[in-house]
Amino acid sequence: MTAVDDAPIAVDEIATMTVTLRIRRMNPEGAGEHAAGEDYWEEFQVEAHATDRLLDALHKIKWEQDGTLAFRRSCAHGVCGSDAMRINARNRLACKTLLKDLNPAKPILVEPIAGLPVEKDLIVDMEPFFASYREIMPFLMPSGPTPERERLQSPEERERFEDTTKCIMCAACTTACPVFWSDGQYFGPQAIVGAHRFIFDSRDSGQWDRLEILNDKAGVWKCRTTFNCTEACPRGIEVTKAISEVKRVLNTGEI
Amino acid sequence: MTHHDYDVVIVGAGGAGMRAALESSQRARTAVLTKLYPTRSHTGAAQGGMAAALSNVEDDKVEWHVFDTVKGGDYLVDQDAAEILCTEAVDAVLDLEKMGLPFNRTEDGHIDQRRFGGHTRNHGEAAVRRACYSADRTGHMILQTLYQQCVKQKVEFFNEFYVLDLLLTEDPQSAEPGAEVAVAGVVAYELATGEIHTFRAKSVIFATGGAGKIFKTTSNAHTLTGDGMGMVLRAGLPLEDLEFFQFHPTGLAGLGILLSEAARGEGGILRNSTGERFMERYAPTIKDLAPRDMVSRAMANEVREGRGCGPHKDYVLLDLTHLEPAHIDAKLPDITEFARTYLGVEPYTEPIPVFPTAHFAMGGIPTTVTGQVLRNNTDVVAGLYAAGECACVSVHGANRLGTNSLLDINVFGRRAGIAAAEHAVATASTPALPKDPETVVAGMVEKLRTSVSGGGTETVGGLRRELQETMDRNVQVFRTSDTLAEAAAVIADIKARYANIAIHDRGQKYNTDLLEAVELSFLIELAEVVVAGALAREESRGGHYREDFPTRDDEKFMKHTMAYASGEGVRLDYKPVVITKYQPMERKY
Repeated sequence: MTAVDDAPIAVDEIATMTVTLRIRRMNPEGAGEHAAGEDYWEEFQVEAHATDRLLDALHKIKWEQDGTLAFRRSCAHGVCGSDAMRINARNRLACKTLLKDLNPAKPILVEPIAGLPVEKDLIVDMEPFFASYREIMPFLMPSGPTPERERLQSPEERERFEDTTKCIMCAACTTACPVFWSDGQYFGPQAIVGAHRFIFDSRDSGQWDRLEILNDKAGVWKCRTTFNCTEACPRGIEVTKAISEVKRVLNTGEI
Repeated sequence: MTHHDYDVVIVGAGGAGMRAALESSQRARTAVLTKLYPTRSHTGAAQGGMAAALSNVEDDKVEWHVFDTVKGGDYLVDQDAAEILCTEAVDAVLDLEKMGLPFNRTEDGHIDQRRFGGHTRNHGEAAVRRACYSADRTGHMILQTLYQQCVKQKVEFFNEFYVLDLLLTEDPQSAEPGAEVAVAGVVAYELATGEIHTFRAKSVIFATGGAGKIFKTTSNAHTLTGDGMGMVLRAGLPLEDLEFFQFHPTGLAGLGILLSEAARGEGGILRNSTGERFMERYAPTIKDLAPRDMVSRAMANEVREGRGCGPHKDYVLLDLTHLEPAHIDAKLPDITEFARTYLGVEPYTEPIPVFPTAHFAMGGIPTTVTGQVLRNNTDVVAGLYAAGECACVSVHGANRLGTNSLLDINVFGRRAGIAAAEHAVATASTPALPKDPETVVAGMVEKLRTSVSGGGTETVGGLRRELQETMDRNVQVFRTSDTLAEAAAVIADIKARYANIAIHDRGQKYNTDLLEAVELSFLIELAEVVVAGALAREESRGGHYREDFPTRDDEKFMKHTMAYASGEGVRLDYKPVVITKYQPMERKY
C-alpha cells in the first residue's frame, strides 16, 4: 500500500484558536492578593492548535505568561506518569489529552488530582501514594533454587498479568476513586494493580503474603466497583477487572 | 542548609542509576538523588529491546554482536569496552529476568528475541534476532523492575532533589598529570522547599541521562537537559565525543515522539512519496534495518530531493499496513497508539508520517570500563563514576545500535555501582568538603530568584526556543562549516544574553521556573561543546555528517574528541580509540 495522496494533514496546516484554561491554583507562599495556601481559580487564554496537547497549553502559559504556574511533567507522551491532573472533572494525563478532544469552545477546567495533599498549583504530595505501593511488596518473590538461565514462562502464563504490567504509577486511578477520597486507610486501586501484576505471575511464590495484605481492612474489600479507576487509566488497564480477580482469589483460594 | 554524609551518592534514578544502586546499596551506605521520581525517568520511554546473544531463537554469537557494535559505531567504538558490553549482555538480560522482568516469551517459554537495526548474523550476512523485548515497552519494564528491586532492598531515595554542583578536592585543570584529584560530594537543591543540601561522599556516580533538549525536535523528555554532563564540564573535567548525536529515523512527524525501530524489526517499511521502498537503494542487504544514522540521512535525503510526503513534502511514511493487526497489537501496541493519539492515524490501514528526531548522545562524560571518570586522557578522578547516557565508555562510538543503550545502562550501571561501593569501602576517610561548599549553588539560586525584580529582559522560554531552533536548523542530520559557524554565533549570543535573564517565580517552594532556568544554562553550554567538536571534526562518521567533508577520514580523525571548558570557550583535545580485533573497514550494509 502506498497511500500518499491521502496522507494526513501536517500539524501546521491546522489554524490556531484561542483556548481558555481555568486553573485551580494554590501558592503555599502566597501570590498577590491570594494568601499563602489559599485555593483560587485563575483564567488564562492561549493561542493553540486543536492538535496540541493540554500540556502544550500549560507550557505556553508557564513560558509566556506566568512562570510561577507549577506542574510536573517529563516525557510528554504518556509513558512517565508525571502529569496526571483533573481535566474537565476527569483524571487524565495532560500530555495525552489533545485540545480538540476537550471542546475548546468552553473554558477547560484544570485541577490537581484529588485525595492527595496539594503542594502548589497542580503539584500534589505523591508520598502517600507510593507508600501504599511499597506496602504490597511489589517485587518478584520466587522460590526454589535460582536457575542458571531464565525461568521458563509460557506466552499464556505471561498473558495473565500482561495488562497490569503497563502501569506507569501516575495515580490517575487511585485519585479518581471515591473510596480513596473518603477513607484515609484504603490502599487505592494502583496498589492492587501493582499486587495483581505479581500475584498472577507464574514465577512468583509470594502471592499469599500479598493476598493477606490485600485481605486486610485497607485492602480490596473497600472497593465498591464504581469503575472510576478503569475510566481514568491512561494506559487502558482494566483496573476494576484486576481488583475483581484479586477478590476472586481471596474468595476461592485458587489462583 | 542541611548536611548529609554517605559512602556513595548516586545522581539520577533511571536505569543506570537504579542498576548501580542495587549493587552499591548492598555494599555501602548509599543515597540516590533524583530531580524527578525514580519511575519518571526516561529509561521508561525506551521501547524496542535489549540486545544479547542468547541464541534463544536462532544461532547467534557474542563476537558477532561485538563486531556489529564496532561497525555500527563507525569504528569510533573502544573495542575493549564493546567486548565487555556484549559479553556481559547475556547475564545482564538473565539478571533482569530473575528480578522479574516480564520478557515476551517463545512458545517453549524462553525469552523471545527479534530483529533490530544493524544487528546481524556472521558479520553482516543478514539481520539476526538478538533483541530481548517486552512488547514495545522494554524500557518501561526495565525501569519498573529495577524500581521494584530498589523497594525490596530499601534503597534510600531523595526525590525531587536537583543536584547542581559537583565538589572535587582539587581543580582538575590546574592539577599536575598523575596528581590525585578526588570527589568530595555534591550540592543539591530541594525542589519542595528551596533548601540547599550538601552531600559528602567517598564515591559519587553520575547517571543523569541525556541532553536531547538542546534540539527542538527530539524524542527526549522535557527534563533531559544534560545536567550531569554540564556539571562535569563546569568542574573542569572533559566531555568526550559530544558532536556525535543520534537522530532516530522514526519520530512522529512534527512532534518527534519516538516510534521504535522494532516497527521495522517486525516488518515495517519506509516509503517515499512515490511509494518506493527507498532503503533498498541505500542499504541493499539489510534495507530498513540499516543503522540509524544511515536511515536518518536517507530519509532526509529523500525529502531534500523532493520525494517527501504530505502537503509540505517534509516527511516520509512508515508503512505497517501489510502486517496483521493482531501482530501489531501483540508486538507494537504502544507506538501504534501514539500514532492514533497524536496524529490521528490508524496504523492498520494508513502509513505513519515520520521524520528523524534527536534521540541519543553517543558522547558524554569519559569513563574507563569500570565507570571511573577521566580528568584527561589517562588520569581518573578518585571516587567519581558515570554510567548510562551521560557517560561515554565508549561503546557506541559515532553511532549507537538500537537496543544497545538498555544494555549499556545495565552492564555499566552495574559495574559503576560495584566499583563505587568498593572504592568507598576501601577509602578510610571521606575527603573533606571545600570551605563553604554551597557557595556556587547558593549564588546561582539567589541570582535567579532576585532576577524577578532585577529588570532582566530575557526569558527562559525565549532563549531556549532560539537555541533549539538553531540546533535543528544547523546541527542536525546534515552539517557544514557554514551551518555550524552560524550555530556557534547564535549560541554565543544566547550565552551572553542569558546573563540578562529574568524568571517570574521568587518563591522557595516548587520553583520550577528557577529549575528550568538552571537547566537552560546547562543546555547552552552543552550545545556549545557539540558545535565546537562538530566544527573541528572535518570528516563524516556515524551520526556526524559533514557535507563539506562527506567521507570518513581515519588518518586525521580516528580519535575521540575531548572537550574542556576554558575561559576562552571550548578547548579541544583528542584521545586515541582502543582497537583490539577489528581494523576499520568501509561501512556497507
